[in-house]
Amino acid sequence: MSFEQFIFYLLAAIASLSGLLMITVKNPVKAALWLVLAFISTAGLWIMAQAEFLGLVLILVYVGAVMVLFLFVVMMLDINMAILKEGFTRYLPIGALAAIAIFALMYLVLGPNHFGLDKVAAPVSQAADYSNTKAIAIPLYTEHVYAFILAAVLLLVGIVAAIALTLRRRPNGTVLYQDIDKQNRTLAKDRFVMVKMDAVVEKPPVITEGEEKK
Amino acid sequence: MGEFLKHQIKTWGLTELFKGLSVTGKYLFKKKITVRYPEEKTPLSPRFRGHHALRRYENGEERCIACKLCEAVCPANAITIESEERADGTRRTTQYDIDMFKCIYCGFCEEACPVDAIVETRVFEYEFHERGPHIRTKEDLLAFGDQHEAQIAADRAADAKYR
Amino acid sequence: MFDAIQAFLSGFLYDWLAITLTLLLQAIAVILPIMLVVAWLTYAERKVIGYMQVRMGPNRVGPIGLLQPIADALKLMTKEVIFPAQSNKYLFIIAPILAIAPAVAAYAVIPFSEGVVVTDINAGVLYVLAVSSILVYGTIVAGWASNSKYAFLGALRGSAQKISYEIAMGFALVTVLMIAGTMNLTEIVQGQQGGIWNWYLLPLLPMFFVYFISGLAETNRTPFDVIEGEAEIVAGFHVDYSGMTFGVFMLAEYAMMILISFMTAIMFLGGWLSPFEGIPLLETLFAWVPQLAWLSIKVAFLLFVFLWLRATFPRYRYDQLMRLGWKVLIPLTIVWVFVVGAMKYFDFGPWFN
Repeated sequence: MSFEQFIFYLLAAIASLSGLLMITVKNPVKAALWLVLAFISTAGLWIMAQAEFLGLVLILVYVGAVMVLFLFVVMMLDINMAILKEGFTRYLPIGALAAIAIFALMYLVLGPNHFGLDKVAAPVSQAADYSNTKAIAIPLYTEHVYAFILAAVLLLVGIVAAIALTLRRRPNGTVLYQDIDKQNRTLAKDRFVMVKMDAVVEKPPVITEGEEKK
Repeated sequence: MGEFLKHQIKTWGLTELFKGLSVTGKYLFKKKITVRYPEEKTPLSPRFRGHHALRRYENGEERCIACKLCEAVCPANAITIESEERADGTRRTTQYDIDMFKCIYCGFCEEACPVDAIVETRVFEYEFHERGPHIRTKEDLLAFGDQHEAQIAADRAADAKYR
Repeated sequence: MFDAIQAFLSGFLYDWLAITLTLLLQAIAVILPIMLVVAWLTYAERKVIGYMQVRMGPNRVGPIGLLQPIADALKLMTKEVIFPAQSNKYLFIIAPILAIAPAVAAYAVIPFSEGVVVTDINAGVLYVLAVSSILVYGTIVAGWASNSKYAFLGALRGSAQKISYEIAMGFALVTVLMIAGTMNLTEIVQGQQGGIWNWYLLPLLPMFFVYFISGLAETNRTPFDVIEGEAEIVAGFHVDYSGMTFGVFMLAEYAMMILISFMTAIMFLGGWLSPFEGIPLLETLFAWVPQLAWLSIKVAFLLFVFLWLRATFPRYRYDQLMRLGWKVLIPLTIVWVFVVGAMKYFDFGPWFN
């Protein structure tokens, strides 16, 4: 077994094991963390398959952003496992049926009939300075440019929709909003006015001569 | 418009940040004011209130006449005095204890004393490692006074004109 | 050099063992100096901040306090590691490892001078960005496993803050890639050859600031250290950590600071290139200075700026922090992507050839 093979089997074992643990473990936070491990080991496998751009983007996007937000939400949930597990036996047959159906479909498409060393030719071993990034970018920006732009627009619409959904302007006066830009613009002279005033001198009571004599 | 432009330049030029940085940058090279304590010490005033001492007259007679004014004025009840008549008919203390844990170093005892017997010295570098020695007895205080008499007398002389 | 070692080792060992040992040696050769720099960076931080506050800083252990980091390390190592009741023990231990592993792993692609790099991969910039994005997990797992409200609040702030600033950071890097036309860090430095005017600092000046500010936020340094925010949430995500587990978090933070400084120096300040390139007299005068020395000077200056900023600015309020990230830095980077695109199209300046 060569060193590469050893690393491959190690990463593959970690990926499958953490995938298994992800669906069996009870605590949702731990499940999410196992999924993160599965992502990282999969990224390692992709990099071994000379797809370093995809592997690193998998880490950057899924591990670094998506799963962090996922954990963010999951950590704050107070999930009652007892209620969640209610009716497990009742739905088991339907669930099992769906699982078998999906497995069968996957077997038909991904099974040994279509995949294997005899079916797929070994990929061409590229030189060290071969850029996988460039190899992906060129068809993306030439052949598939319309699909790419369409996907980008779709994502943009998604972003706008997500922001619009959470945007809630309440009528004026009910809530006080901060305008940070306005706060930043404030100068000392807007808040603090120096007023020049003459000092008040208390005059001593004037005693006229006549009064003194009284 | 001019105001707006000025504000934009100020914001995007990060002028205020650089102003702040220049202040700390200048202070980086200022002379440091730290006093490195065991090697360097801050000057002390003649009125400094540190460890207590009981004084004697020049002829060796102890000053304290057991009037108990210090015991009465002490806000922390740190002073305990017992007295009796001595063979020569004068009233003297048999016991003069100061509990250094209770003492708050307010200096009232020194103020109250009619014969300048109890004083607070400049000495502040002392410590106790167990209970017991923290109660300073008459002997301790007299011995401490004898040891530092020159400094104590000089401090009183320096402060005399303000009293 | 390491190829020779590997050849020597495989003479009498299994192949895989020889490879593993060589990799281990390479890792040690990079990590050991970094950890030493981290140790004395903590000393430098206390000294610099002390001097800016007209104090002396640590000056008791060793001459002018130079052995202070060793004393600190000994203290942390001999302290008891306390596990809070109800905490998740495994995750509690894993969290500091998750914090330091990526911070150290990222050094694998940093070129210290021409050709001196552990692995010279094509997607170097992307690798650093990806690895440093894993860093968040140290904070999140620590906050969650501690089973403490303060730690949890710190973890939530941390995850939101780091994701936000990673976007600005990524866009700032995109502009660098647009100019350099490569993601290989060595080639990025080589692209800046030919004197101080060819450094990417000039066309990307706003991006330099954006990258550095995002770096401050990524490493939780003041003024963006709301994760730790002593005044509000005690010590944030590492409230419950003591002894060396706490020490590892500190190591990770400082290792990350050095990494950000390295990246900034490589991408904007010409990496190991001498600033006197192309100037007739000075170039020959400073020809003897090794490349590593130039890079070290640049990194040291950037690290000093980290400390300088800490001594100067108060902590940002959390909503202002988010506003700065989303409403100022990210739009600015997007605008600059277009500016750089235009510059490239019109072949402006000496940077595009």
